[in-house]
Amino acid sequence: MSNSPIVSRLILAVVALAAPAVAFADELNMRVGVTEISREVYDLHMLIFWICVVIGVVVFGVMFWSIVHHRRAAGYEPASFHENTKIEIAWTVGPLLILIAMAVPATEVLVKMYDTGGEDMTVEVRGYQWKWQYKYLDDDFNETFAFMSNMKTSQDEIYERANKGEHYLLDVDNPLVIPTNRKVRFLLTANDVIHAWWVPDFGIKRDAIPGIINELWAIVPEPGIYRGQCTELCGKDHGFMPVVVQVLDEADYDVWYGEQLQAAQARKAALSKTFTPEELMAEGEAVYGTYCVACHQPAGQGIPPVYPALAGSPKVTGDQGDQIQILWEGVPGSAMQSFASQLDAAQIAAVVHYTRNSWGNSVGDVTQPRDVVEWSEGSQE
Amino acid sequence: MSNSNDQSVYYVPHDGWYPVVLAAGLFFMVFGLGDALNAMKSGGDPGWVMSALGFSLFAVVLYFWFAKVIAENHAGLNNAQVKRSYVWGMGWFIFSEVMFFAAFFGALFYTRVLVVSWLGGDGGKAMTGDYLWPEFENTWPVMDNPDNAVFTPPEQSIQLKSFGSLFTYLPFWNTVILVASSFTVHWAHSAIKKGNRSGLVSWLALTVALGFLFVFLQGYEYWELYTHYGLTLDSGIYGSTFFILTGFHGFHVTLGAVILLVQLIRAIRGHFTATDQFGLEAGSWYWHFVDVVWICLFFLVYIV
Amino acid sequence: MSAVIESHDDHHDHGPAKGLARWLFTTNHKDIGTLYLWFSFAMLLIGGTMALIIRAELFQPGLQFVNPEFFNQMTTNHGLIMVFGAIMPAFVGLANWLVPMMVGAPDMALPRMNNLSFWILPFAFGMMISTLFMEGGGPNFGWTFYAPLSTTYAPDSVTFFIFAVHMMGASSIMGSINIIATILNMRAPGMTLMQMPLFVWTWLITAYLLIAVMPVLAGAVTMMLFDIHFGTSFFNAAGGGDPVMFQHIFWFFGHPEVYIMILPAFGIVSHIIPTFARKQLFGYDSMVYAVASIAFLSFIVWAHHMFTVGMPLAGQLFFMYATMLIAIPTGVKVFNWISTMWRGSMTFETPMLFAIAFVVLFTIGGFSGLMLAITPADYQYHDTYFVVAHFHYVLVPGALFSIIAAVYYWLPKWCGNMYDERLGKLHFWLSFIGVNVTFFPQHFSGLAGMPRRIPDYALQFADFNMISSVGAFIFGFSQLLFMYVVIHAIRSGKQATGRVWEGAHGLEWTLPSPAPYHSFTHPPKVTAADAHG
Ligand code: HEA
Ligand code: HEA
Ligand code: HEC
Ligand code: CUA
Ligand SMILES: [Cu+2]
Repeated sequence: MSNSPIVSRLILAVVALAAPAVAFADELNMRVGVTEISREVYDLHMLIFWICVVIGVVVFGVMFWSIVHHRRAAGYEPASFHENTKIEIAWTVGPLLILIAMAVPATEVLVKMYDTGGEDMTVEVRGYQWKWQYKYLDDDFNETFAFMSNMKTSQDEIYERANKGEHYLLDVDNPLVIPTNRKVRFLLTANDVIHAWWVPDFGIKRDAIPGIINELWAIVPEPGIYRGQCTELCGKDHGFMPVVVQVLDEADYDVWYGEQLQAAQARKAALSKTFTPEELMAEGEAVYGTYCVACHQPAGQGIPPVYPALAGSPKVTGDQGDQIQILWEGVPGSAMQSFASQLDAAQIAAVVHYTRNSWGNSVGDVTQPRDVVEWSEGSQE
Repeated sequence: MSNSNDQSVYYVPHDGWYPVVLAAGLFFMVFGLGDALNAMKSGGDPGWVMSALGFSLFAVVLYFWFAKVIAENHAGLNNAQVKRSYVWGMGWFIFSEVMFFAAFFGALFYTRVLVVSWLGGDGGKAMTGDYLWPEFENTWPVMDNPDNAVFTPPEQSIQLKSFGSLFTYLPFWNTVILVASSFTVHWAHSAIKKGNRSGLVSWLALTVALGFLFVFLQGYEYWELYTHYGLTLDSGIYGSTFFILTGFHGFHVTLGAVILLVQLIRAIRGHFTATDQFGLEAGSWYWHFVDVVWICLFFLVYIV
Repeated sequence: MSAVIESHDDHHDHGPAKGLARWLFTTNHKDIGTLYLWFSFAMLLIGGTMALIIRAELFQPGLQFVNPEFFNQMTTNHGLIMVFGAIMPAFVGLANWLVPMMVGAPDMALPRMNNLSFWILPFAFGMMISTLFMEGGGPNFGWTFYAPLSTTYAPDSVTFFIFAVHMMGASSIMGSINIIATILNMRAPGMTLMQMPLFVWTWLITAYLLIAVMPVLAGAVTMMLFDIHFGTSFFNAAGGGDPVMFQHIFWFFGHPEVYIMILPAFGIVSHIIPTFARKQLFGYDSMVYAVASIAFLSFIVWAHHMFTVGMPLAGQLFFMYATMLIAIPTGVKVFNWISTMWRGSMTFETPMLFAIAFVVLFTIGGFSGLMLAITPADYQYHDTYFVVAHFHYVLVPGALFSIIAAVYYWLPKWCGNMYDERLGKLHFWLSFIGVNVTFFPQHFSGLAGMPRRIPDYALQFADFNMISSVGAFIFGFSQLLFMYVVIHAIRSGKQATGRVWEGAHGLEWTLPSPAPYHSFTHPPKVTAADAHG
């Protein structure tokens, strides 16, 4: 084929047109990423892309040549051939060889990606409607500390009432933090529906499936902040569930890790403290704003009939234990999940207090962390 | 033209109201059913009226439809080619049923061989069991669910315990009944092909009787399972696969038995001849199909 | 019972009945074909309107028109309606019109059941669309309805959705049984299998695929129904099931389903290109074998939609290799079409323009499909707009263009009148430009990382989305021109000749235009030239 001048000229033309386009890498093409795996995936992508381009140029080239020349308007009389075994065999075997040439590097990269062993540390990644939870595990897979990662973009930005920030929809309150140059193993799962955890720059994506563990790993050579999104339809706010990973130098990471351990201790201590109503209201408002507002809405009005209003709800203003129970256990079979693993007793107490005393609800009593702890211990018996 | 008895012409029936009314009946039936299920789920009153009316409409139209097809055949409108269309039609319909069961057998295979082992900490996704369900063990039948608080596990399994107890095992006798009925329906068919109508009627009657006996015993088994074994639809994957397979099979046996019952009534009324008995033949194919499904089921669900 | 038969002596000429009764009660394959075609066009407009709502919302970042909950319902229903309501019924409608004429039969094999297959559809889609107005909204879990989003977390209306799918499946199965029986049993004497026109061949294989996979879909939704209402745990790990099992069963149906939407298109293009190249189809035999191979392979590649669910490595490799193999028989088809054009004597009437665009744009869609098949790369593409671009390239300028081409090509045979060639060409160019402006930029937004099924997106995706939305409106509104061209031809087009196109071959062209109400009451003699041509 290469000795046909028109074809080689066409190839040249397309390459010339495509080359500058490829240079817009960020806008037009897959990101190269920062890990070894992501680079290999990128190379693979470019390889198959160019193979397809070349085949396309040849195939369409022949076709357009025919369209230009073999037209009746140009006075062309039809030939009468309608089969040719040799050429038919050739264009069956040819593509097969091309496919094998693609399959070999693809297999190599894939095998590498599946090598999850030999990790330096493990993080559990758990999808919730619509946020991520990161749990840092020790060598025996026991939790050391955990936190939730919620989107930070405000409703005002989304609904055009405020200017959109730089990382619109791609910013979270608490990013996942990992060190450079260590092999991090991720255990993916979910609490409710299927989500998918994707960091394009690491070249990894995997579904987070309730009740099932999937594994991923990454070694990131460069510090930085890397952004991705949930990529499996998971309900209403699937589009508002960013994945943000902050990669720290190993030394910085170790410092950060130490701080987190201490903070976890401090949170445990808070469970036995007694707060003032003002402290509870402030903390409750914050918790509500991150954990509840997506469904129950800023003024507690909900989105009936699916998401009930909390303002005026008898379940909220009734017995304190009722609402603690709802938060602790969730409402099975509905989007109202159990918050027991996302919020600690202090946060639950605060949000219960807040909902019972906001938007026209005025029960007036105070809910303390110990109420929640007591309730949960009672429920375990 | 098409109403002549010209056998070189393919009979194309005239316009008729059956199909569109049947579709309407189907619609009301399933819409009513959906309403009822949703009402029950939220603890309300199912109100079966709409679906019952839809079903009645559906059944009545079906009656008229088949009556008309039979009458057309008796009037000699169906030439050999038309009959061949019916043969193809029935054959491919049974193939579609095979694929329907294939989905459930596939589910049994997938959960039993792969999922339960992963959840139990074996195989390619052992982390699932090790990390999320440390208590759960990889056994079949599943007598303890990964989360027993959500799905109450069964108390006993229905699996055949030892080959010695085969003869006291109800599913075994059900197998015998169903296999026997496959023979009887075949003999019924052979009888009419030799022009022996009384043979047809008695073998067919026996087949129908065996069919309903099977359904009755299956019903009895279900009652036992619900009351004594704690094996129910909501007792986890074992109950789920067990009941969906045996349940849809039982439903098909009932359907097949009703089809054969209709053929029996027709046979008594003097339908079918030595050369023309497609209704019966189609019914018997269906019956053999149901039988084959049961044999697979007996081995895969009850024995291994 | 035997006395029920009525006398039909007054019906000797057996023309169509009058008024509404004709359409409600008909057993005629042409009437039923017409019903199917108009129904699917209505669904195209409804599903397309939903697509335009999606594109309007995605015109720029931020939420302007709809809330996320409704957006998901639009995405879901757009996919479902296009697949089950627009593309599939359109192909069944074409089969109804054409298969009996092409094989020299008086009608479909089972005419009453034919009518039933059609009339189930309006009820099924009526039910499905009505869910949008129910409390809690309609289906919002994507056209692939993955559990547990579609079970535990679904709105109540999912029950009706499930029954609607059951009804569509019943309709498809009956329609396919009818087509198979017609093809296998009703061919005119002398027409061997390897003389059948390719549209007939592709439909024979498509019908087989449908009968094989629609029941599996029925099984999947039945298990959903049981999980929702009867406490089973098929798709719930807490009871020993697995949400991923749903995906395996769904895609065992779903992948053959996408070939169900393209094989009849291959058939159509294999008729149009030889006609306008005035040259016999190149490689008839290998065309048949290629379709059969694609159908076979379609059963063993389903998990390429699930590369990210975490299958064991061996599974990933198997599904990757099997998927890549499909490029070979598909390539054979593309090469054959081009060889048919090669040294032909081509003219470029509207059907030919759509057919050529099909070959080019479908192949581009096929290339992106091949890229998706490369598992490690698919980790980056999966559930992004790259996938959306892929499947719209094979579905819109693929399946939909072939249907439009078929309508232009056979319309003169159906209604006896020619369409307006000038407007037809205008329609083509608007559609061609519109479709590329809509879907080409989606490759870029996908590669840059934009997930699918999101109502709002990060700022770096803004430019391409804006272009895409503009294209969608161009493409959408040009279909109204299509409607005008068709209605104008039916009402007041120029009288067409029997053969219509000078290069056309096949039994349908031996009939006058419009084709008589009953095509071949007595089987025609098949000559080699009038078989596949
Ligand atoms: C008409 C419908 C149709 C058709 C024909 C195809 C054809 C193909 N599709 Fe596509 N696909 C869809 C409809 C279709 N697809 C849909 C709807 C989805 C998304 C579903 C959803 O998630 O909602 C999807 C998604 C999809 C995925 C999953 C992506 C993901 O979710 O991550 C994959 C992955 O392998 C894939 C692959 C392919 C391949 C390899 C082909 C091949 O058949 C293509 C073969 C054709 C060619 C390759 C071009 C011609 C060949 C040559 C010129 C020969 C020489 C070429 C070479 C040797 C390279 N498709
Ligand atoms: C089967 C065929 C098919 C067809 C023909 C189309 C056609 C179109 N699709 Fe389709 N699409 C799918 C199948 C199809 N799609 C599937 C399966 C999905 C996946 C769903 C999922 O994720 O679950 C999808 C998803 C999908 C998305 C992604 C949504 C998301 O991820 O959130 C988008 C976004 O741009 C889109 C756009 C379009 C557009 C612009 C068209 C255009 O071609 C439409 C053209 C428009 C018209 C033809 C309408 C004309 C109407 C008028 C002009 C109004 C007239 C009004 C009256 C007379 C009342 N589609
Ligand atoms: C993912 C969506 C979602 C989130 C997030 C959510 N809820 Fe809910 N909530 C629901 C749904 C749905 C119900 C209704 C459950 C039912 O009865 O079916 C509900 C019910 C409730 C009820 C009972 C109200 C009534 O009248 O029945 C309370 C109280 C409540 N939620 C409090 C909260 C609090 C506090 C938070 C945050 C910590 C929260 N919810 C977060 C979806 C959510
Ligand atoms: Cu979580 Cu999408
Ligand atoms: Cu596929």
